[in-house]
Amino acid sequence: MPEKKITLSVSVNGVAHTATVEPRMLLSDFLRHELGLTGTHVGCEHGVCGACTVILDGRSARSCLTLAVQAEGVEIETVEGQGSVDRLGRIQEAFRQHHALQCGFCTPGFIMAITDMLRHHPLESDEQIREALSGNICRCTGYEHIVNAVRELARERGPLT
Amino acid sequence: MKPAPFEYLAATSAAEAAEALAAANGDGKIIAGGQSLMPMINFRLVKPTILIDINRIAGLDRIEKHGERLRIGATVRHRMTATDALVHRHIPILHDAMHHVAHLTVRNRGTFCGSVCHADPAAEMPVMTLLLDGTITALSIRGERQIAASDFFVGSLMTALEPDEFVTSIDIDTLPPETGWGFEEFSRRHGDFALACVATTLRIVDGVAGDVRFGMMGVGETPLRLPDIETLVEGQAISEMLLQDVSETLKGLLHPNTDIHASADYRLHLAGALARRALRDAWTRATLRKDGADA
Ligand SMILES: Cc1cc2nc3c(=O)[nH]c(=O)nc-3n(C[C@H](O)[C@H](O)[C@H](O)COP(=O)(O)OP(=O)(O)OC[C@H]3O[C@@H](n4cnc5c(N)ncnc54)[C@H](O)[C@@H]3O)c2cc1C
Ligand code: FES
Ligand code: FES
Repeated sequence: MPEKKITLSVSVNGVAHTATVEPRMLLSDFLRHELGLTGTHVGCEHGVCGACTVILDGRSARSCLTLAVQAEGVEIETVEGQGSVDRLGRIQEAFRQHHALQCGFCTPGFIMAITDMLRHHPLESDEQIREALSGNICRCTGYEHIVNAVRELARERGPLT
Repeated sequence: MKPAPFEYLAATSAAEAAEALAAANGDGKIIAGGQSLMPMINFRLVKPTILIDINRIAGLDRIEKHGERLRIGATVRHRMTATDALVHRHIPILHDAMHHVAHLTVRNRGTFCGSVCHADPAAEMPVMTLLLDGTITALSIRGERQIAASDFFVGSLMTALEPDEFVTSIDIDTLPPETGWGFEEFSRRHGDFALACVATTLRIVDGVAGDVRFGMMGVGETPLRLPDIETLVEGQAISEMLLQDVSETLKGLLHPNTDIHASADYRLHLAGALARRALRDAWTRATLRKDGADA
C-alpha cells in the first residue's frame, strides 16, 4: 500500500523542527532517530513501562503510544530540556542527591512524569506520591529513593495554588 | 515492534471522520487517546489501512449537563472526568472509579468514550456506563443512532458499533444527592486492570434500600448489570444476612474465567467479598447523605 508521508512542525524544548515522516512513525522513534534526542528511552513500546514519557502541551504522555504526526503544532518537552551533565535541572539534582537512579534506564521517563506531577498534582502524602509514580517502572532502585526525591521536591514546591 | 504501514487523517469535523470511516470499508480505525489502540498497532495485532484521528474535531472535549444526564464528548480525557466538578458533584461513584483507571500519564491521554468503545471486560468506564444507564451516540454517513449501554457490550472487546460508525458522545445518569455508592475493585497493583470489581448505588427510602443498581466487571466477557441482585436488595435494609444471601446468589449468577491472572474460584470469592463491602459502603453513604439532607 502506498503510504503518504506527512510533513510536520513541532517544537521540542523550545526549538522548532520540521520533518517529513511516515504516519506509522512513533513519536519516541521520531525524537530518537530523526532528531537525535536519545534521552527519551524506549522500554516496552506498549505503554506499560513509562521510560518513553515526554510532555505534550504541558501534560505527560507516552511517546511510544503517540504517532509523530499527531504532534503537529505541539510543544514537546523531553529530558534534554531539563538540564545537562554540567548543569543538572532541579529534578535531576534531587535524583542525584537521593540516589534515585542506578542504571538510569527508567530515569528520563520518571523525570518527565515528575515534571507533570509537580505542576499539577497535590503530592501531599507518600500515598499520593506513590500513586502518581505508579505508571513508571524501575527495575533497579526499589522506588524508595525515588519517593524520597519526590517528597523533597513536593515539599520545596509547597501546596498547589 | 513497529506498526505496519497505514494512512493517517486528522479529521477536523465529525462528518469528515464519518466519510473517511465509510470509505475505508471496514479497514479504518478511529484513534482517540491511543492508549489501548497503539499497543495493539505496535504489536501488529491490528493493521488498519487508515487511522482517523478525532482529537482535532472541535466541541467533542466537553462534559455537559442536559437535564438529569451528563453528556461526555468523544475526546474527554480520563483526567478531565477525574477532576470535573459536575462529575464530582452529581456522580461521585464515577469520580471514585476514575482513580482506578491506569496511571496519571495514561489518564492524560485516554478517553472515556475510547474506553467504552474498546470494551475491555476488566475496564472501569464500560461498567460505569452500564450502571448509569448510558446511551451511546454513534455517527456514520447513514446518520446518527442511539444505542443503550445494555445493548452495546457484545463480548470481550466487541461492541454493537457497525464498522462505519463511531461514537461522538455518551450520556449517563446523574444520581440524586441522597444516593449512596460503593465501588470496590481488586487488582494486583495500583492502576492495573481489575480481577473483579463491584459498583453499586442505592437510596434509603423508609429505612430500606431503593433504586438499587448493581454492576460488576472482571468476571465475564462483558461488564454486567445484575438485576437479580438489584431485586434481592431492593426494599431491604442491609444486614449480615442479606449480604450473605447476596454472595451466595452471586455464585449461581457468575461464570468467571480462569486465566493467568486468577482462577475462576478465586474470582468468585472476590466477587462475594467485594459485593459485601460495596453494599455496606453504599448503605453507610446513603445514611450519611440522607441525614445531611434531613438536618
Ligand atoms: C499501562 C496502561 C494501563 C491501563 N490501565 C487501565 C485500567 O486500569 N483501566 C482501564 O479502564 N483502562 C486502562 N488502560 C486503558 C486506557 O484507559 C485507555 O485509554 C482506554 O481503554 C481507551 O481509551 P483511548 O481513548 O485511549 O482509546 P484508543 O486507544 O484511541 O481506542 C481504543 C479502541 O476504541 C476505538 N475508539 C476510540 N474512540 C472511539 C470512538 N469515539 N468511536 C469509535 N471507536 C472508538 C478505537 O478504534 C480502538 O479500537 C490502560 C492503558 C495503559 C497503556
Ligand atoms: S516504551 Fe513507552 S511505555 Fe514503555
Ligand atoms: S534505575 Fe535502572 S531501571 Fe530504574
